[in-house]
Amino acid sequence: MIAPAELRLPRRGVPHVLTFLGGRLLGGVAALLAASVLIFAGVEVLPGSPASAVLGRNASPAAVRILTHRMRLDRPAYVRYSDWLAGFVHGSLGDSAVALAQGTTHAPIWPLISGSLKNSAILAAIAALLMIPFSLGLGALAAVRAGRPTDHLISLGSLAGVSVPEFVIGSLLVALFFVGLHLLPPVAIVPPGADPLSHPKQLVLPVLTLLFASLAGGIRMVRAGTFEVLQMEYVQAARLNGLSERRVLLRYALRNALAPSVQVLAQNLQYLVGGVIVVEAVFAYPGIGSQLVNAVQVRDVTVVQSVAMLIAVVYVLINLFADLIVILLVPKLREPA
Amino acid sequence: MTHRLRFLRTTSGAAGCVIVLFVLLVAVLGPYVAPHASTQPIGAPFSGPSGGAPLGTDFLGRDVLSRLLFGGRSVIGLAAAATALAYLVGLTIGLVAGYSRTIADPLLMRTVDVMLAFPPLLFLLVLIAGAGSSVGVLVLGVAIIQAPSISRIVRTATLEVAVRGYVEAAVARGERAAAVISREVLPNILAPVLVDAGLRFTYSILIIASVNFLGLGLQPPDSDWARMIGENRAYISLNSLAVVAPAAMIAILTIGVNLTGDAIARSLGRSYVPRTIRSVST
Amino acid sequence: MTSIGRSAAIRVESLCLNLDTGEPVVEDVSFDVAPGEILGVVGESGSGKTTVALALLGYMRPGVNLRRGSIQIAGQEIVGRDARSLRSLRGKVISYVPQDPGGALNPSMRVGDAILDVLRAHRSGAVSDDSVHAALTRVELGRDPAFGHRYPHQLSGGQQQRVTIAIATVCEPPVAVLDEPTTGLDVLTQNRILLELRRLRDEEQIAMVYVTHDLAVVAGIADRILVMYAGRALEHGPTDEVIEHPRHPYTQALVAAVPDARHPQALHGIAGVSVGVGEWPAGCSFAPRCRHEVARCHESVPLLVDAGPDHLVRCIRWEHLTLTERPTGGPRTSVAAVAGAPLLEVSGIDARYRSGHTEQPAVRDVSFAIDAGKCVALVGESGSGKSTIGRCIAGLHVPSAGRILFDGEQLSGAASSRSLEQRRRIQIIFQNPFESLNPRHRVRSSIERPLRVLRRLSRDDAEREVGELLERVRLPNRLRDRFPSELSGGERQRVAIARALAAQPDLLICDEVTSALDVSVQAAVLELLQQLARDLQLSMLLITHNLGVVACIADAVLVMDQGSLCETGSVDEVLSTPKHDYTRRLLQAAPSLRDRSQLEA
Repeated sequence: MIAPAELRLPRRGVPHVLTFLGGRLLGGVAALLAASVLIFAGVEVLPGSPASAVLGRNASPAAVRILTHRMRLDRPAYVRYSDWLAGFVHGSLGDSAVALAQGTTHAPIWPLISGSLKNSAILAAIAALLMIPFSLGLGALAAVRAGRPTDHLISLGSLAGVSVPEFVIGSLLVALFFVGLHLLPPVAIVPPGADPLSHPKQLVLPVLTLLFASLAGGIRMVRAGTFEVLQMEYVQAARLNGLSERRVLLRYALRNALAPSVQVLAQNLQYLVGGVIVVEAVFAYPGIGSQLVNAVQVRDVTVVQSVAMLIAVVYVLINLFADLIVILLVPKLREPA
Repeated sequence: MTHRLRFLRTTSGAAGCVIVLFVLLVAVLGPYVAPHASTQPIGAPFSGPSGGAPLGTDFLGRDVLSRLLFGGRSVIGLAAAATALAYLVGLTIGLVAGYSRTIADPLLMRTVDVMLAFPPLLFLLVLIAGAGSSVGVLVLGVAIIQAPSISRIVRTATLEVAVRGYVEAAVARGERAAAVISREVLPNILAPVLVDAGLRFTYSILIIASVNFLGLGLQPPDSDWARMIGENRAYISLNSLAVVAPAAMIAILTIGVNLTGDAIARSLGRSYVPRTIRSVST
Repeated sequence: MTSIGRSAAIRVESLCLNLDTGEPVVEDVSFDVAPGEILGVVGESGSGKTTVALALLGYMRPGVNLRRGSIQIAGQEIVGRDARSLRSLRGKVISYVPQDPGGALNPSMRVGDAILDVLRAHRSGAVSDDSVHAALTRVELGRDPAFGHRYPHQLSGGQQQRVTIAIATVCEPPVAVLDEPTTGLDVLTQNRILLELRRLRDEEQIAMVYVTHDLAVVAGIADRILVMYAGRALEHGPTDEVIEHPRHPYTQALVAAVPDARHPQALHGIAGVSVGVGEWPAGCSFAPRCRHEVARCHESVPLLVDAGPDHLVRCIRWEHLTLTERPTGGPRTSVAAVAGAPLLEVSGIDARYRSGHTEQPAVRDVSFAIDAGKCVALVGESGSGKSTIGRCIAGLHVPSAGRILFDGEQLSGAASSRSLEQRRRIQIIFQNPFESLNPRHRVRSSIERPLRVLRRLSRDDAEREVGELLERVRLPNRLRDRFPSELSGGERQRVAIARALAAQPDLLICDEVTSALDVSVQAAVLELLQQLARDLQLSMLLITHNLGVVACIADAVLVMDQGSLCETGSVDEVLSTPKHDYTRRLLQAAPSLRDRSQLEA
């Protein structure tokens, strides 16, 4: 605890920020590369070729051979991998294996999923836009009123939200709002090509379900982080110097709880992206999650690969974004240690 | 009452314990007290509650109550196995990385970072797409999903403990690394590491149940709570109990586990909510 | 009570603070502080001194409430005020200088803005950058006009503390409460801060309450001293009186326990353990540990009585005791020189630390020797590399160059590569008593370990020896089955010593073993170490930053500054005629009880 005697002069913050972010970017790219290997290898873990996986156990050897050729599986693995990766980077996601099996020679994946990708993005965006401010607000409120009824209520609610799986929440909500109250539809079937925003009633329950689960986690983390900051000595010292409680809470406590909260919320956003998959399945919402589940069911390995890769990219981007915000919020990180 | 059991004095701790015990009893002893077999239809599909079927029947006419009593074992068993395996792997990696302070540390942690950059459910789905769904795939998949964040926490705790006086005294005595880790380090990191074991257990339940709900998990002839929800959901208006009953079981199990975990953590003076796993500053 | 005619800046009467569960924390404390006067409140942990100081600000820790008493600051009553009126007083009429400046400054706020915040909270008129600049200049930070733009982490510890002082004085309050403001700063910085405070007192006539456990520090700056123990004031009077003619046995014991670099004396600790809240005995709370107690002391709590002009004491026997004689015994009994080669020879040691991707040199080309039976002190500030050398010798850090000879044999860098005998004969004791014992092992397991590993004793032999070792470090045998969390800091250090002795070493490395302990406990532990060294003919390498300890215990001293040895020699030589400038500055800055008015720039 004894401080060194030398001065530490402030340096221009910019160069270090850039190198730091550059490092994070590289890390993100490396993570994506590793993820791509995982995805590529994971799909092909079963002995026997992906072609036989698509066609099922009762497929004739001839059919398997034809499909193998169509899917160009007769090349060595690393060649297929690099082709796939290169194609992905350039925007061509390959062909749907199931479509190939059914006879079409060319079944590019992107048109198949672009619509559902948009739908999922809308769902996720609405939930995210609601989740962030409510997490920060309710979490901070619970921490400031720690031990009091407000806190107990919020903590209990968030405990429930974080424990119960989304599909359980969704099903219970459907039981309440559809079977019980006849207020909302049990499924969110939006006609293909239509804009989900023009069917708001269909969106309420899926958004609520997504929100409930991710909000709960966010609240708990923000509460814990804020609570910790409230115990810090500088908060106490500010009070003892006569600053108003409002100023102390806002500028001394919450402001410093913001940085760790941002990191937490980024994790939560990632959780939201994962949750979309299940929620779409619960409500039959035509998004990328439903398509993914469907593709897994029919063993359409190429679609699974491409969609998985897309989701991984979104994941990593969210992380990078969070890092950027944190470095803006925490002055100490703008300098080398 | 020793300080370890102090949490039972709190309302949340006691309530959580009771709830968890209740659900576990249902899951473990259920099959022995079920009035009917879980796979035999006993009446018309989606008939309401009656004398022979207090919770009505499901979409194939099977007794919901019996299926409920049979339906807990697989998901709880799988989740427990996966979590235990995750801790085993995570502890090993974290201890080695945290204690060795050689090149092994950054190497292991970069690998861990990769896994943390991946949506968990997605990973499991990809695995199932490639390797099918079996007990092994589910347990291994969930363990791989959970192990990285466990190893991070273990590593941080190990780094903190490894510089303490009693560990250094052991090193100065010339004790071998294995002895120092098992005698001095491990017992002192277990508390911070296990403080969120409940949360992880429920997370395992969450993932496995989600996969079962989607119909992509195990396909046993016996019932499973999550699959019951998935199977009966389309006709929820006909017999909502077929959906609500298993949903409620899952909900109160997970809530109960976390209530207890929270109470235990608070009685140990720790925060149950795990700290941010990734920190921006290296 | 004090200067009649001048209204007191602080007047505290019969202050009583309790826990919400009923136990008293502070009982019947009264004092006055005149404008421009500094009152030093001295006490060890658990004495209630911080609680009293914070109460002056109207603040009580959660779980503590004010049962009775009156506190008047600049004529205004504090007790009974609501939060808002307290807030208007804090910072403007009475301000607070915290202990840990690094933790007390908002890390996301520039220091200039932090000062502005306090100004804005109390002034309705316009505040400008000039006021900030004036506040910084007041604490000698005004030379750089852009200083206010810095963040706390960009400042050194001394600068951070000056900023907190600036914040505390910006509204020119007549009263300031300082809670151990220099603990945690190195000695040279501490000296500068103390000078700063004295100057502020002289120029602005601020009345200060200075809370500390360090009697030597407060003796140099305070006008009056209030000695607290177990929530009560035991002695209260002018500094010179209290130090030169202490009337209470506790005060006298404290004075005897403070190591003074310029006037070395034998150190004597106080037997027993300090009492915590809820454990106050009936009668005089110090009686169980007092050398002069009689049966009557335990009957009822003594009242404060006059022991001289302006000098109060809470002891029924004060008139019968003459406490001013200096304890007998020279500083250290020199061990007869043992002929032959030195026990430990260190030559050309270089050591580095890896932090991230860079390597920092910690030790540069250090060479010295320790003769058998001698106690050699290794002195330096934090960052001087002294701990690193100790760790190299113990085998916990591999030096990048140089060699270490122990009893003629070369030691390998890592302990695991050394022979059993080498590992056994060198033992190390660490600074932090709360981390030196495995919390999951009982005391007897911790002590048994070296008996089994290094001396290969059987289980029964080991058990027997544990009992002997506990006796040797003056701990009761019943502690063998306890866990470390049930022991006090001093007891834990003794267990650590017992563990080290279990190996029957020839060289004991003590790495700041008493820095985390209260002064009286420190004296007791050092006293024990001295005696053990004598009885068992141990050689010691005593690593410390406290020159007073060096003067009282060691035979030879090595002074380190930023990784290199700058001066070596016998303690008498080096401390009376230091040759190196750094040594001179260290000696100069070391707080001394006898030479109190020595504070000079």
